[in-house]
Amino acid sequence: MNLHTFKRGIHPPDGKALTNYKPIEILMPKEGALMVFPVSQHIGAPCEPIVQKGDRVLLGQKIAEAKAFVCAPIHSSVSGTVKDIKPMLTPSGATVNSIIIENDGKFEEDPSIGKETDENDYKSMSREEILDKVKNAGIVGLGGAGFPTHIKLNPPPGQEIDSIIVNAAECEPYLTTDHRVMLEKTDRLVMGLDVMLQLHPKAKGYIAIEVNKMDAFEAVSKAAEKYSNIEVIALKCKYPQGSEKQLIYAVTGREVPSGGLPASVGCIVDNVDTVLAIERAVVKNRPLMRRIVTITGSGVNNPGNYQIRIGMNIKEFIEAVGGLKEDCAKIIAGGPMMGPALYNIDVPFVKTSSALLCLTKEEATLPEESNCIRCGKCVGACPMGLMPLELNQDALAKDYDAFEAHNGVDCIECGSCSYVCPAKRHLAQSLRITKRTVMGIIRARKEAEKNGK
Amino acid sequence: MENNLMVSSTPHVRSNETISSVMRDVVIALLPAAIMGIVYFGIRAAILIIISIVSSVGFEALYQKLSKQKVTVTDFSAVITGLLLAMNMPSTAPFWVPVVGAFFAIVIVKQIFGGLGQNFMNPALGARAFLVASYPTAMTGAAFGATSYGVIGAVDATSSATPLAQLAEGTVNLTQQDYVNAFIGNIGGCIGETCAIALILGGVYLMMKKVISWKIPVSYILTVFVLTYIFKLCGAAPTREPLYELLTGGLMLGAFFMATDYASSPVTPNGQIIMGIGCGVLTTLIRLFGGYPEGVSYSILLMNLCVPLIDRYTRPKIFGALKKEAKKS
Repeated sequence: MNLHTFKRGIHPPDGKALTNYKPIEILMPKEGALMVFPVSQHIGAPCEPIVQKGDRVLLGQKIAEAKAFVCAPIHSSVSGTVKDIKPMLTPSGATVNSIIIENDGKFEEDPSIGKETDENDYKSMSREEILDKVKNAGIVGLGGAGFPTHIKLNPPPGQEIDSIIVNAAECEPYLTTDHRVMLEKTDRLVMGLDVMLQLHPKAKGYIAIEVNKMDAFEAVSKAAEKYSNIEVIALKCKYPQGSEKQLIYAVTGREVPSGGLPASVGCIVDNVDTVLAIERAVVKNRPLMRRIVTITGSGVNNPGNYQIRIGMNIKEFIEAVGGLKEDCAKIIAGGPMMGPALYNIDVPFVKTSSALLCLTKEEATLPEESNCIRCGKCVGACPMGLMPLELNQDALAKDYDAFEAHNGVDCIECGSCSYVCPAKRHLAQSLRITKRTVMGIIRARKEAEKNGK
Repeated sequence: MENNLMVSSTPHVRSNETISSVMRDVVIALLPAAIMGIVYFGIRAAILIIISIVSSVGFEALYQKLSKQKVTVTDFSAVITGLLLAMNMPSTAPFWVPVVGAFFAIVIVKQIFGGLGQNFMNPALGARAFLVASYPTAMTGAAFGATSYGVIGAVDATSSATPLAQLAEGTVNLTQQDYVNAFIGNIGGCIGETCAIALILGGVYLMMKKVISWKIPVSYILTVFVLTYIFKLCGAAPTREPLYELLTGGLMLGAFFMATDYASSPVTPNGQIIMGIGCGVLTTLIRLFGGYPEGVSYSILLMNLCVPLIDRYTRPKIFGALKKEAKKS
């Protein structure tokens, strides 16, 4: 089999055996549960609430409207009463204005949304109609980035899209939701890609899967047989294979230019759950209200894959699925390589919550940092071709000019450098922090140049 | 429990490899050659190795204590320096020589420049160069031949010069037995440099464990072979035998264990090839045309000094960088 991949990268233990055989279970919020919907669950401007305290809302009803260009609306995932609209803590650690709805347990559906049994004929829909459905469904990149999908699907004129790639690499250790979706909702997934191809008739569709999911690869290949313009691609198991730029390189051989977006090389990349959400929005008229999450790690009693309602409280969810073990010491929202650690689990699931990884104290304790021994392993691991040891020195010296000259802003924060470092240096951490500062400096400089002219 | 959740920056998992595990692998890889050195040169070699390791570790601990730093001798790096230093000495060296050498290697070359990872040249080689320059009689010459302490004692006790010195003089004709002897280490030389097979085994172990890459040793060894062959063919060095050059004069020890020292070798893949080729060219030139029969240690030291420059000019290509420039033009 011809395996596609990118240069460098790492091979962390994948931890997927804990949950990759467990079917997705549906977990509905309990009656009386308080659902929290932060108005900012995406990259871009926050939405504006269009309901008021005391209002009764229905399942699927739009409760916050997207007014800005880069924005996505939010829908209630239950029926019930708006209890309050106030700032609440979110998984990212930020406090965001949120709509709080008490679930009445009836799940009464808003008449504006379609039925589960609907099968709209997307083939006859116009481009605008499809984009409009995606936009109104509030779909954002569910892999973690949260970029509004309708914008991604509709690149500015002049950028011809010839490849639409479904990111099914799932290279983060422990995560198994994409794997399960590919096995259990195979046809819906492939149909979702076909919907996207409807927008770009000249483009070819790719579903790119790491070969540690051979069963999924076979299932998807079979389902894709009846679509002539969809190809299933086998990827080598390597982290960060699912990083957008690395995936595009593996599938098409193209390099997204530094600072550029996938569309600049004719590509659109969306993750598995996002494509499923597109299919639901267009074919069934259902807005984004649910997502698939993995709860896993040795700190949890019952690891598994669950379909949950966005807005559910994470603490209540954990209790509902069997709770944490005594020695659980760290909970990560996402995978171990890039997911942020939660300091408080009394927060809601948002659109971009992909997993809860619960680690024991022993696993979570990070080793102490020591001198760089210049082994060069970070240089051999960095998928972007950077020299993390040098950028780390620039960062520690606060030498922002050198950091910029050494291409530090190209860092994708995948953490490969920190993972391989035998001296256990906090490479990725120092790069991430300094990258923010340097990007600010660059922005300010560009601004000044513009004003000067 | 919820109020006591641990938080830290990503990534939350790290590889099992640590500095100590890497350094321990290097020690393991050096052991076969060190043991063969003891087999050939006897108990004196063992005593020199022990003195060298103990003084290296001792000086490191002492320096770090006195300068109020964290004592890091458990990372095995001083053990390697001590072991390499002794392996680069003749078995006849007086017992104070490794002590002076360890002081120079650890304090002057390593710690004064910032300790682990900060030394700009290989500490053991720096110390060897210092010892050879300061105490030439203790470090070279007649010292090589004496093997009366040796367990096997098969080395010709009358030969006062190393094989390469004899070759340079054109006084020997190599037989098949000479190659076998060089391969198994039954020749004159420093404690750890003679047994080519043990050194190759150690080097292969390090490559399999991914402690070192093939780039420096292979390009180094190939360069010496090819260059010597060319010089032999064109008549500039008619008495030299390329294959024999590889097995003697500490080339295997240098290529696998000294030129690959992390702190004083390039971190970039292309830089490592340049390092290997540079060492190979210098070694061959010194051996064939220099006044010194064995060029390995000075070539590596000279290339050590070029490392910052090599790293600067061999940066990997940034992902997506080329096209950006193409777009601009």
